[in-house]
Amino acid sequence: MSDLLANDVITPDAGETPLLSLPDVSILKAAPMTRLSLRLRKAAIPAAGEAFGANLPVTPLGAEISAKRAALWMGPDEWTLLAPEDELQAVFDGIEAKLDGQPHSLTDISHRSEALIVSGPKASWLLNTGIFVDFSLEKFPVGTVTRTIFHKSPVMIWRTGEDTFVVEAWVSFMDYVAGILVESAQELAAA
Amino acid sequence: MLLIYCPYCEVERPETEFHNGGEAHIARPADPSKTSDEEWAEFLYMRSNVKGIAVERWRHIHGCGRFFNVVRDTVSDKILKVYKVDDPMPDLEALAKEAGR
Repeated sequence: MSDLLANDVITPDAGETPLLSLPDVSILKAAPMTRLSLRLRKAAIPAAGEAFGANLPVTPLGAEISAKRAALWMGPDEWTLLAPEDELQAVFDGIEAKLDGQPHSLTDISHRSEALIVSGPKASWLLNTGIFVDFSLEKFPVGTVTRTIFHKSPVMIWRTGEDTFVVEAWVSFMDYVAGILVESAQELAAA
Repeated sequence: MLLIYCPYCEVERPETEFHNGGEAHIARPADPSKTSDEEWAEFLYMRSNVKGIAVERWRHIHGCGRFFNVVRDTVSDKILKVYKVDDPMPDLEALAKEAGR
């Protein structure tokens, strides 16, 4: 777990047993965290970044990380903001106060999705069993974040280290996503 | 499967991430209250459905969520140009020539 770039935002859930632990790949459930969806116009980007504590990335598929904060690019006017679970109210109020009077939409989506931490030398191989995205380091460098499709479920993939990915799916789709990942990994166990 | 370049994400992604949004550059009537039934029907239902160079809207629904425009040859399924929604329609004849049609 040493290459986990965002290790103070995304942490393995201590109470959960690993969903999978093979020599080449492991899947851990991430602890609950604060997730906010923020949409706003260009003019308000610097102010929002200042209030949140991490700049909002403006490069496509980019992520900005600072202490206990991560801002992920979702679209040209849409970001997902991550923070520790117990700081939800403080972060929310801070941004709302700073953006008072500027058109924006800030929504708490903490309970909409759950995250998995997929790591190991075979992590990208495992994700590619259900995702048509090139995960080579040239095309998908560390820090890249994107929404895509895993088999039939929408997921968010964030590369936090060379061999570490955060996979987020909606709560009701998580059984499906985690189930297929574990199932697909059996191929590695058999090899 | 088509590989489509998203001009907002600036990456090429598989077709499964996208949703086709029908013909592009169809302007809503400027003054709806003065629009006749025939004009409404024209706006709502009539599409050019070309065999050859078509201009379509696509949405990167499982990515950034943006709509954008794609010039696609409906015969070869080849994508000739991708551009953002607020960009003007490119010169289709020049694109067709370039594609050798």
